[in-house]
Amino acid sequence: MTDKAEIVVFWIFAVPLIVTALGVVMARNPVYAAMNLVAAFFCLAGIYVLLAAHLVAFLQVLVYAGAIMVLFLFVIMLLSLSDEELGVPRVRAMQVIGAAGGIGLAWVVLNAIRSIATQQPRIVGPEFGTVKAVGKLLFTQYLLPLEATSVLLLVAIVGAVVVAKQRI
Amino acid sequence: MLTVNYYLGLAAVLFTIGLCGVLIKRNALIVFMCIELMLNAANLTFLAFSRQYGNLSGHAIAFFVIAVAAAEAAVGLAIVIAIFRTRGTVNLDEVTTLRDS
Repeated sequence: MTDKAEIVVFWIFAVPLIVTALGVVMARNPVYAAMNLVAAFFCLAGIYVLLAAHLVAFLQVLVYAGAIMVLFLFVIMLLSLSDEELGVPRVRAMQVIGAAGGIGLAWVVLNAIRSIATQQPRIVGPEFGTVKAVGKLLFTQYLLPLEATSVLLLVAIVGAVVVAKQRI
Repeated sequence: MLTVNYYLGLAAVLFTIGLCGVLIKRNALIVFMCIELMLNAANLTFLAFSRQYGNLSGHAIAFFVIAVAAAEAAVGLAIVIAIFRTRGTVNLDEVTTLRDS
């Protein structure tokens, strides 16, 4: 019973995820692409919950669908590209080759995944993926990377301010 | 219980869509969004294996990936704004200052 429910929930999130991801690539207008990307991030957060990654799903909505997408939309509005600035879509040989290469890569990877011997996932306790469990890990085993991340974010803030200044 | 293969397949499809977007699209903003899609596909793979082996390290790595993606988006979009201000375009084909020859 729970198996069936899990499969149904998986497809409920997976199909809109792929559709909205394709929408990001297909959209001509960056605003539509950004809106599709927000929907894709929400669907992905649902998949994360299915994988018992509660904290990461929460961060996905908070950081990706919230902060990063607001940044994207802000820049899109700031640039306010008109239709002629978006340019006429030209299909070039390089782009066709790139798409064909991408689809070929997907074929190889999907075949490799299909050949993996299926194995039931481990049984995990209710603690798995909670803020408490992941936080304990982050502040013990991954303390140095965590501190390095704070420095990275500081560098990114300073770098963004310097790059976007009037004269570079 | 769904096996890990479903999630890996979904991540592979998502990564391919992002890769095709990077290769096909010429608008710098949409290329950035496609890079975000690829980062998310990597995150999904980390979390799928984390669930499969009952090891929480994948969650920590996913956390770092999200932080790095935030930093990348901030700096990248600042560069896009700087390019738009000096050249009036975000079309990647027209930004060729660093090209050889």
